[in-house]
Amino acid sequence: MRVALFVPCYMDAFEPEVGIATLNLLRRFGVDPEYPFDQTCCGQPMVNSGCHDEAKATEELFVRNFTGFDHIVVPSGSCVHQIRCHMTAVEQTEAVQQVRQRTCDLVEFLHDVLKVDGFPWAEFSHKVSYHNNCNALRGIFHGSMSERREASYSKPLSLLRMVKGVTLVEKARPDECCGFGGAFSVFEPAVSVKMGQDKVRDHAAAGADYVVSADSSCMLHQKGCADRLGLPLRFRHIAQILNGDRA
Amino acid sequence: MSEGPRLDSDGLPALLHRELRAGDDGGARDSLGGRLTHGEATSRPLRPPTPEPQPRGAVLHRHRPVDHDEAAQRFIDAPRHEKMHDERLWDLRQKRDRQMHAIPEWEALRDLASTVKQHTLAHLDEYLEQFEAQAVANGIHVHWARDGAEHNTVVHGILADHGARRLIKSKSMLTEETGLRHYLAGVGIEVVETDLGERIQQLDDEAPSHIVVPAVHKLRSDVAEVFARTLGTDPGNDDVHYLAEQQREKTRPVILEADAGMTGANFAVAETGTFVVCTNEGNADLSANVPPLHIASIGIEKLIPRIADLGVFIRLLSRSALGSPITQYTSHFRGPRHGGEMHVVLVDNGRSARLGEPQFWQSLKCIRCGACMNTCPVYRRSGGLSYGATYSGPIGLILDPTFDRRRYSTLPFASTLNGSCTNVCPVKINIHEQIFAWRKVLAKSHDIGTAKQGLMKAAGAILAHPALYRAAIAAADSALKVLPAFLVANPLNSWTRGRDMPAPPRETFHQWHHRTDGGRKQAP
Ligand code: SF4
Repeated sequence: MRVALFVPCYMDAFEPEVGIATLNLLRRFGVDPEYPFDQTCCGQPMVNSGCHDEAKATEELFVRNFTGFDHIVVPSGSCVHQIRCHMTAVEQTEAVQQVRQRTCDLVEFLHDVLKVDGFPWAEFSHKVSYHNNCNALRGIFHGSMSERREASYSKPLSLLRMVKGVTLVEKARPDECCGFGGAFSVFEPAVSVKMGQDKVRDHAAAGADYVVSADSSCMLHQKGCADRLGLPLRFRHIAQILNGDRA
Repeated sequence: MSEGPRLDSDGLPALLHRELRAGDDGGARDSLGGRLTHGEATSRPLRPPTPEPQPRGAVLHRHRPVDHDEAAQRFIDAPRHEKMHDERLWDLRQKRDRQMHAIPEWEALRDLASTVKQHTLAHLDEYLEQFEAQAVANGIHVHWARDGAEHNTVVHGILADHGARRLIKSKSMLTEETGLRHYLAGVGIEVVETDLGERIQQLDDEAPSHIVVPAVHKLRSDVAEVFARTLGTDPGNDDVHYLAEQQREKTRPVILEADAGMTGANFAVAETGTFVVCTNEGNADLSANVPPLHIASIGIEKLIPRIADLGVFIRLLSRSALGSPITQYTSHFRGPRHGGEMHVVLVDNGRSARLGEPQFWQSLKCIRCGACMNTCPVYRRSGGLSYGATYSGPIGLILDPTFDRRRYSTLPFASTLNGSCTNVCPVKINIHEQIFAWRKVLAKSHDIGTAKQGLMKAAGAILAHPALYRAAIAAADSALKVLPAFLVANPLNSWTRGRDMPAPPRETFHQWHHRTDGGRKQAP
């Protein structure tokens, strides 16, 4: 099984420790992913703004980097959603389609491909509020959504429940968007900030010490809001918890 | 001997559906807790000390796109309005969820509703002709209008034929589209809205902010102000029952003297040539049944094939809209009353053009329930008027640009693309995917603003070249200037308005991987 690791651009720059935790976690399961060195970005920032033409070259580069792998693992549901559902600026050759189909999020890879049944090295004795990234939830179906009448499930929560010590807290409006939304956070700052503030207040009101998510981008936005409000919340990517970070 | 009606503990007649009872609205009550009638209610309820002025909607400029963010900021800066609005609509969303959970076949119903609508739209020409033939056979006069202007002229013509000077009408988004009220005012015909919320908006000379609850953005203190100004009520009394009663007393005589009545339609049934109007106030029945002349304006997408299909939509409509099993009134109109006249105006106004657009035709399935607005976190926090358009919220983002692409070019960006709307929509319109598709269309035609497009072009150029990208983010703080997810480069530095910047790291993942051979070499 040839596995590649894609570390999204914002994670590369702002959250290198999440990339490292993902790499180490995969190695714990006997998967040693390759890291194609010329990787940059999946094109989402441009595509999210409607600028498909402007994203084309970036998408082509992505496909060049990741052709030929059985799995391309990404610690971001949002980037996976872009690649799987929206990477259409690049010509849809067979290779491109294959790359798109073989890309999966870290949570999916652990839950659906490796079908892991425990993280014996991990322990996280804290109150955790889990944040669903909207693309992960409603785009690649990490879990059931409150809008639909469907059997309840959650891939990330079922993974977190395997970690010793974790106490999951229930917040109000559990799957409401936090207002990040990529370019939305810049072009609609008024609502973006208000949504972020409401979200972190809900985490705090539920008694959470930590906010955990499978996407760092929402958490960068939320952390900015929490810090500004002076809320003592801490933010961790799910890869860090599953890899055994204690705090 | 018959007993009186069964009463609840608060002395009000017992409800069949207790869950429908409104919570305590803070209205005036006597010492035993009974609600004061309007005559007594001049005693003032406790009010917060300083009323917060109502934030107004988007400022419209002739040639500039709507600035949704600017209007949203003003809405958010009125915290009592924003909080009430957010919580009130979220409450509707939760009531809708409870209704959904009470219906095991909910998702199947949505599928069915979507299929019926798709089928109807695919054969719209046939169903329209069938409807017309049946309606004419029922004694209805049927008119066709290509656009809003033609609609207004047709309506004016009918009214003029009857020498009608005063029209009472119930809520209709279609007549908002066509600007009927202003048009008729211009030709000397008085229009009185009979829906309470719509009447409030009319008196305040403001557009409806929501397609189901038009004045939902107003606090009762705002309504007290409007009524004091326009109806002469006590400016210091904002008891909701007092206000509602006052409006009723002032409007009923007008209704009784009206020459003509107008309604919209929620559904028009091809098989029978009949149409159905759903209201909670019964006001459509007043508009339709009090004056001798009834005009119904119906968008051509309102067709459904058979009366048997109606049940699917009736089951979904009010549950999705307000979280109630059904509207108080579901009125079927079949033909003119004895001695009366009934006219139907079938209006296109851009609909057939939209039907030809592969990416956007599904928006015609909309039954105007407003569920997408109630669930939308952006709509709830910005208010419907911040969109500066006839339709607001998620459905507005995809309809408005079809009416005026340039003015509403900013609206598809007033969304986080979170997808909640798509999943509450009772007719399964892929709303957030259409918002996404609109962005693409607007970028292609360079309608997204040169600053934004320039940034995306620069970002795309750097992200497509590993060496450029590496050089650009080599210095930690310059990464912030390149990474388009944050786009914090001036002149668009808005990130820090209410958030702190993320701290730049010492080393990127890439540098770490290079230095340590992916962690295999121990750091020195
Ligand atoms: S788009 Fe769907 S949810 Fe929104 S108003 Fe129309 S039918 Fe209702």
